[in-house]
Amino acid sequence: MADGAFVADAEPEDAPLPPPFPTGGRGAAPSAAGPADPWTAPAASACPACAVAPLALAQGQAAADPGRMVFSLPGVHCAACIQTLEPGLERLSGVRSARVNLSLRRVSVEADPGVTPGDLIAAIERLGYEAHELDAGLLSVTETDRQGRDLLMRMGVAFFAMMNVMLLSVAVWSGASDATRDTFHWISAAIALPTVVFAGQPFFRSAWASLRVWRLGMDVPISLAIILASSISLYETMHSGHHAYFDAAVMLTFFLLAGRYLDHRTRAAARSAAEELAALEVPRARVLRGDEEVEVPVAELAVGDLVRVRPGGRMPVDGVVTEGTSEVDRSLLTGESLPAFAGPGTPLAAGEVNLTGPLTLRVTAAGRDSSLHRMADLVAVAEAARTRYTSLADRAARAYSPIVHIVSFTAFGVWMWITGGDLRVAVNISAAVLIITCPCALGLAVPAVITSASGRLFRKGLLIKQGTALERLAEVDAVVFDKTGTLTMGAPQPTDLEAIPPRAFAVAAALASASAHPLAVSLAAAARTAGIRPAPVTDLREVPGMGVEGRLEGRRVRLGRAEWCGADPAPVTATYLCRGEGRAPLAIPFADRLRPGAEAVVAGLQAQGMRVILLSGDAAGPVADLAGRLGIADWQAGVLPGEKAARVEALRAEGAHVLMVGDGLNDTAALAAAQVAVSPASALEAARPASDIVLRGQDVAPIADALRIARQSVRRIRENFALSALYNVVAVPVALVGLATPLLAALAMSLSSITVSLNALRLR
Amino acid sequence: MEILTILIPVSLLLGGAGLAAFFWALKRGQFDDPEGNAQRILRTDYDDKPKG
Repeated sequence: MADGAFVADAEPEDAPLPPPFPTGGRGAAPSAAGPADPWTAPAASACPACAVAPLALAQGQAAADPGRMVFSLPGVHCAACIQTLEPGLERLSGVRSARVNLSLRRVSVEADPGVTPGDLIAAIERLGYEAHELDAGLLSVTETDRQGRDLLMRMGVAFFAMMNVMLLSVAVWSGASDATRDTFHWISAAIALPTVVFAGQPFFRSAWASLRVWRLGMDVPISLAIILASSISLYETMHSGHHAYFDAAVMLTFFLLAGRYLDHRTRAAARSAAEELAALEVPRARVLRGDEEVEVPVAELAVGDLVRVRPGGRMPVDGVVTEGTSEVDRSLLTGESLPAFAGPGTPLAAGEVNLTGPLTLRVTAAGRDSSLHRMADLVAVAEAARTRYTSLADRAARAYSPIVHIVSFTAFGVWMWITGGDLRVAVNISAAVLIITCPCALGLAVPAVITSASGRLFRKGLLIKQGTALERLAEVDAVVFDKTGTLTMGAPQPTDLEAIPPRAFAVAAALASASAHPLAVSLAAAARTAGIRPAPVTDLREVPGMGVEGRLEGRRVRLGRAEWCGADPAPVTATYLCRGEGRAPLAIPFADRLRPGAEAVVAGLQAQGMRVILLSGDAAGPVADLAGRLGIADWQAGVLPGEKAARVEALRAEGAHVLMVGDGLNDTAALAAAQVAVSPASALEAARPASDIVLRGQDVAPIADALRIARQSVRRIRENFALSALYNVVAVPVALVGLATPLLAALAMSLSSITVSLNALRLR
Repeated sequence: MEILTILIPVSLLLGGAGLAAFFWALKRGQFDDPEGNAQRILRTDYDDKPKG
């Protein structure tokens, strides 16, 4: 059902397009909508036919209020944060109110039209928190979670009815007879019947939907049990019978709704996470129209437009440089850590970052024509492959519903034969079988564990986007890492500072402070921490694409690229300082800083017996260095994106279950090919939809925990299935011989549901 | 046993009142941010006097 719908969405169009990969953005609207779909699709449902309503798909209508802005705050976690942020923002002029939502890690601000998101982000940063603007229009869906409220309301009604009917039932069980019993049964009927009609609707609807396509979903026996129990009880009540199952019908509805609600909550959290990521970038490009520079959404760019990209900006489209020289950072696309030179005629791909000088690009591919679509297709294929993964719940439901129906109908037939055609007895017994098989424990078995596990992972900073991700994660036995941006921060730091003579360092610090190039920024910061006072360099001037030069005591000094300084380039990332007067140029090497937790995660995975592999597009030097530092024996450098995917495929063909951790566009294909994919939240938009789990923070250490928790939760799910099967093994024979009473049904149902939920909570 | 004619409606009424309160809270968005609500009671803002 769901998988088919999504593949149809990703129209397989225009494949033969050149390599450059775009970032998303408004241009990514197709991609943002495309990959977002499988998360909204009911793929992770507890059973194949549990497509309980088209999950909030139609809820996008809520228009965004212009004065309302929403920011993602990954750092808020405590009461003190609320106390700092809310009054801090409300003190600003123009801000009417600010409300922090700690569950979603967001703040929503009501402000006058004059207040811009930029002002507020700056204000939040002054208060000490990281903030990202979110597209309020995209978010409106989760803000008004009607589906969730609807389920909760039905649950409330079912709970109310359950408690009241139970009071009356207890009286009947403890011996009320004759007129009293009949009165109690009638009152129970008056409470239970409307409740079942109202609260049972999600089940009836999805049972009907699956019957229409000739399938026996999990909801068919559930609906049958609820309807049969209610109607038989009504019939028995009318004829002053001894047994009425009103309490069972209502209890069944309540427990199943609880399971359904948990399932919905996990999926809603995943969906809101996905939307949050999609809403993170609000991309615009500056286009030259005539002599004017105007800002337009990336989606409106056309081939041939001239686009200006300032230093520090990211290329919004694929294009060729027409004016300006600079250096570009390609690490997100290729994994190279060395910046590359860009001048007139250099082709650039969307997603690369302009470092030093302003550039003008002529657009060669934009929007739908760019390779964005190929990316979306690729992700779509991966998503489709993953939705085909049959979860444990699906398998259980597939085994469960035919068995229940067969047993119940056989009981009906056999008792018809034994009693010589007593319809009342036969129907009573077959209904008792349906009620007592306890689908409620089965309905809770998976959602309870998944909710518990994803809550635990959320607190560790991992967001699960797909319901089956945990189960797939539990099977993993090989982990493939990307280097740049995944195991490292993607931000270079000078190494070997002791080797630099203090005087040279002072000159370098002075020059570095004049540039916004990441190497220079990092060098200047290192000089400050080392307590080096910058030398009095004058006439500082940045030469785009080359470096910084200035004058010191009448000599020209330069800091920048090797060729520009007349030095031989070293095989590592480095900047070069030349001080003239025949002194040899000095190389200042840089190395990427490790991401926090990188050592812990590799050690942790190896301790768990995982095969750890490092695949990087970067040069052999830095990769070997990193592999040595982390103790990874199996590494490969200079790997092209296609080769990464091929390597992952090869591993899977060998029978390994591969977890891929990566962030760049060069990883996207590999992420899509792997059994499970994890990417940091800093990853490019194309990589995020291809991954099942997103790391919210900078720390990668939780990945090792995630694997452990995943294995544990799969074990719990299996235990839960075993528990509910055990109850059935005990209770079904009792029901079959006609000894089941409403009391027994109530006991079996509540005991199994409670044990299953408690077992889920044992997750550590 | 006549007491039942009073007790049963009373119990239903009380339960119904609880249900109505639940509906009201749900509609007002009281369940939108459970974690935040748990933390908000730890704030010291209104310790001296309630929000005016």
